[in-house]
Amino acid sequence: MAGELLLRVVGLRAGYAGPVAGPLDFELRRGEIIGLAGPNGAGKSTLLKALWGGVRVFGGEVYKASGLQISHQAQGFDDLRGVPLSGCDLLGLTGADPAGLPPWLAGRLHERLDRLSGGQLQFLRLWACLAAPADLVLLDEPTNNLDRAGVAHLADWLGRAHGGQGIVLVSHDHAFIDQVCTRVVEVGA
Amino acid sequence: MSFELLFDPLFRVPFATGLLLAGILPLIGMYLRLRNEWLAALAFAQMASAGALVAMVLDGPMLLGGVLAALLAALVKGLLARAGASAYALMMLLAWGGGVLLVANHPLAEQAGHALFDGQLYFTGEGHLLATALAALVVLPVLACLSRPLLLARFFPEFYRARGQSERPRLLLFDLLAGLVVALATVSLGVMAAFALVFVPPLLAWRFGRGWKSGLALTGLAGMGGYTLAFALSLGLDQPFGPVCALLLVMPIVMTGVKFDRM
Repeated sequence: MAGELLLRVVGLRAGYAGPVAGPLDFELRRGEIIGLAGPNGAGKSTLLKALWGGVRVFGGEVYKASGLQISHQAQGFDDLRGVPLSGCDLLGLTGADPAGLPPWLAGRLHERLDRLSGGQLQFLRLWACLAAPADLVLLDEPTNNLDRAGVAHLADWLGRAHGGQGIVLVSHDHAFIDQVCTRVVEVGA
Repeated sequence: MSFELLFDPLFRVPFATGLLLAGILPLIGMYLRLRNEWLAALAFAQMASAGALVAMVLDGPMLLGGVLAALLAALVKGLLARAGASAYALMMLLAWGGGVLLVANHPLAEQAGHALFDGQLYFTGEGHLLATALAALVVLPVLACLSRPLLLARFFPEFYRARGQSERPRLLLFDLLAGLVVALATVSLGVMAAFALVFVPPLLAWRFGRGWKSGLALTGLAGMGGYTLAFALSLGLDQPFGPVCALLLVMPIVMTGVKFDRM
């Protein structure tokens, strides 16, 4: 049975000073994972940001379910050198549940973030968005900087534990998109 | 040396006022550092000193003048968020220039000016203690509520906007709290002692804190410990409080070799 409709995107065109991406059309229901695919420069990340109001919308509409809670994982990360923040602190900020973290990270939650490897830190940051209380999760290149174990755990988790959420993700990793997405929407150049 | 002065009732009020501030200022400093805005503390302190001097020349209460000037600076900073360090530098230059000219040209301002710039804690009275205690009652719980939004604004800047909320009111509230505390500290401890207590203890917390809460505890303890030692030494050795406090706080940074690339 199809889940509750979370998002309906109709003819969305978005950008900054002017439109650089779109048009985009799709519907997302709870339990679905939609992958936005397309060549570099097609504006996939821009369209993803437009779904929560992070960039200017020049045309079309984004209809959201009433009271929709959105969590967005952006690319890149602030320099954390020297900041006295632990993994527990980071997850606590977004209210993310640590249950389901891979064992190689779950045991290091009390360590400072600047003691973790780049891949571990990226996974933790991703988890802080993915496991936060939200109906809709937007992931921008979630496999960037992850090692193979991280990508495998993410794919496994997305494949079995996201039923309560709808997910839209952008990735250049076609194999990952094919593996985890229930549907793929092409974004033109 | 006159260390017996430490137990003189005359110095209890200044000591208690400074100790309260020495516990709060480093907490404010943690969040200013988190936002890469620690220079704002010096701008607030300079504005507070200039405001206090103007108030004195106008025959008004220095405490109120200092607080109002620093709150104005905090408001300007909050509204001109994009100006960043340039705004703080301009505020500092404006306040410093105005303050020094007042001291140079107004006989009444000279003594107060030296107290503010050198840090003569011993002129602090019961009004300062009362104002600081009231401020602590407001600032500490509000800061505890603002902690998560301030951390989110740094590490997940889209968190609130993706949920249809704005983080600006919370950030502006923090600016006002910082302006208030730094102003009270400036008129009680002096410009540079106030700045040292905002800036230095968080460096130790950044280096040795195991998490955010332990960092907050560490910075507060470092501030209060350093302040107490500075108070005792400056009184016992009959030295101005401000420089003694600044030098004492900086010493552990040098001794523990806190890396400069992490400052």
